[in-house]
Amino acid sequence: MKKKDIPQDNEGLSEGKLRDLCYAVDENGNYMTAYSTGWTPKNVAMKMAWDVIEKKVEETRKKVLSGKLSQLAYYMEKNIMNLKLLSQYTGIPKRKIRKHMKPKVFEGLDDENLKKYSQTFDISLEELKDIKRIENT
Amino acid sequence: MNENKEEIRIDFQHYQAAHCENGVTSSLLKHYNINLSEAMVFGIGSGLFFSYMPFLKLNYLPVISFRPLPGMIFRRVSKRIGIKIHSQKFKDHEKSMQVLDETIKKGIPTGCRVGVYHLTYFPRPYRFHFNAHNIIVFGRENDNYLISDPIMETPVTLTYKDLLRVRYARGISAPKGRMYYIEDVPEKYDLSKAIIKGIRQNSKHMLNIPVPLFGVKGIRYMARRMKKWPDKLGEKKASLYLGQVVRMLEEIGTGGAGFRFIYAAFLQEAAKVLNQDWLNEMSRKMTEAGDQWREFAIIAGRIFKGRDSEEESYNAAAEILMDIADREEQIFRKLKKISMK
Repeated sequence: MKKKDIPQDNEGLSEGKLRDLCYAVDENGNYMTAYSTGWTPKNVAMKMAWDVIEKKVEETRKKVLSGKLSQLAYYMEKNIMNLKLLSQYTGIPKRKIRKHMKPKVFEGLDDENLKKYSQTFDISLEELKDIKRIENT
Repeated sequence: MNENKEEIRIDFQHYQAAHCENGVTSSLLKHYNINLSEAMVFGIGSGLFFSYMPFLKLNYLPVISFRPLPGMIFRRVSKRIGIKIHSQKFKDHEKSMQVLDETIKKGIPTGCRVGVYHLTYFPRPYRFHFNAHNIIVFGRENDNYLISDPIMETPVTLTYKDLLRVRYARGISAPKGRMYYIEDVPEKYDLSKAIIKGIRQNSKHMLNIPVPLFGVKGIRYMARRMKKWPDKLGEKKASLYLGQVVRMLEEIGTGGAGFRFIYAAFLQEAAKVLNQDWLNEMSRKMTEAGDQWREFAIIAGRIFKGRDSEEESYNAAAEILMDIADREEQIFRKLKKISMK
């Protein structure tokens, strides 16, 4: 890649927090480094990966609001976790988490268990308990 | 827990790098007056690779990588230059922070393996559950740790709580509080020998691993499967597979084209150090291979947007990969024969 060809397709994915360091050759064929603010094929690939996640989150959110699942399922998807990872973070066995996904069981959970979840999801206990919080996201 | 109120700030120079592991290695070495660039570290550490493991899935997508396993580059460079590394993991979370505090208090910049999901200073779209990131801790001001993250343009900070959390990220290759630092550096080292060893091992890994998933064979294997992706997986899933290749190729830290440009930069440096001009030619060829990887990504980008006829495009993308495999095979067949003049 030539220096002048280093892409600058900024589509906001780095939120202005960083630029990629790229290696390219200058006019004399010598390697140097320069910043890139993004590149369309890469941006699209990243957005595709996020679309899959967001779709899954939205599906789960609907299931929660229609009473099929507890909000635990929603926050798990939102944090790009699966049962295994959530179990590792909370120390709660997978089969128990599966039960907690049922709205009835979730409602009866004590604060000790709920705290493990809320800390993992980085939200307050109140936020986790209040299903209304996910109505308008 | 946070009673440690004193301020520690090691006189440490932050350098941005394309990739975290090269970057941490290069920055730590520079701190001890061993001036090796990121590209040099990458080359000596035999960092260029390819693997395609469709039977291993990450978020339902096949595992594709353009580099060796995490930690390998650092380990190889240390061995080849003759540096002594101290590395340890901790079961006890509090203790891992205590030992980190004690270490930086001694003036030793310390590398930490971390997960990026909870890395607060990272842009949100880059935060997946990826656990093989590396940062250097070089100080503490009350509750804030001073961090040199090679991916960032300037030093950053993490609170005690946030640093603890990323050091104990869970999931695949969990860091388990791993920290490491340089214990001893040699007064003299043989750079030429280290370069040659790095190139030879890299050539072997790209050419001679007797499993078709790795090196140039791995590229061809993926290319052959890719032609069947649209039929086998359906349009949607096929483009996600292709997206995975592009992300691994370009997303943060490869310096462009799956490290091919960094390797080309290394070959150029190696040509000077070893005084072997033919390596410049190899560097040019590697740049061309990298340019082809970019061509591949552009075709993939068009497929994502649904602009081209599908079957044709997957074939075209696969054909480019076949061409790349040939190019890289030729390069490494020549590089394999490298020796001191």
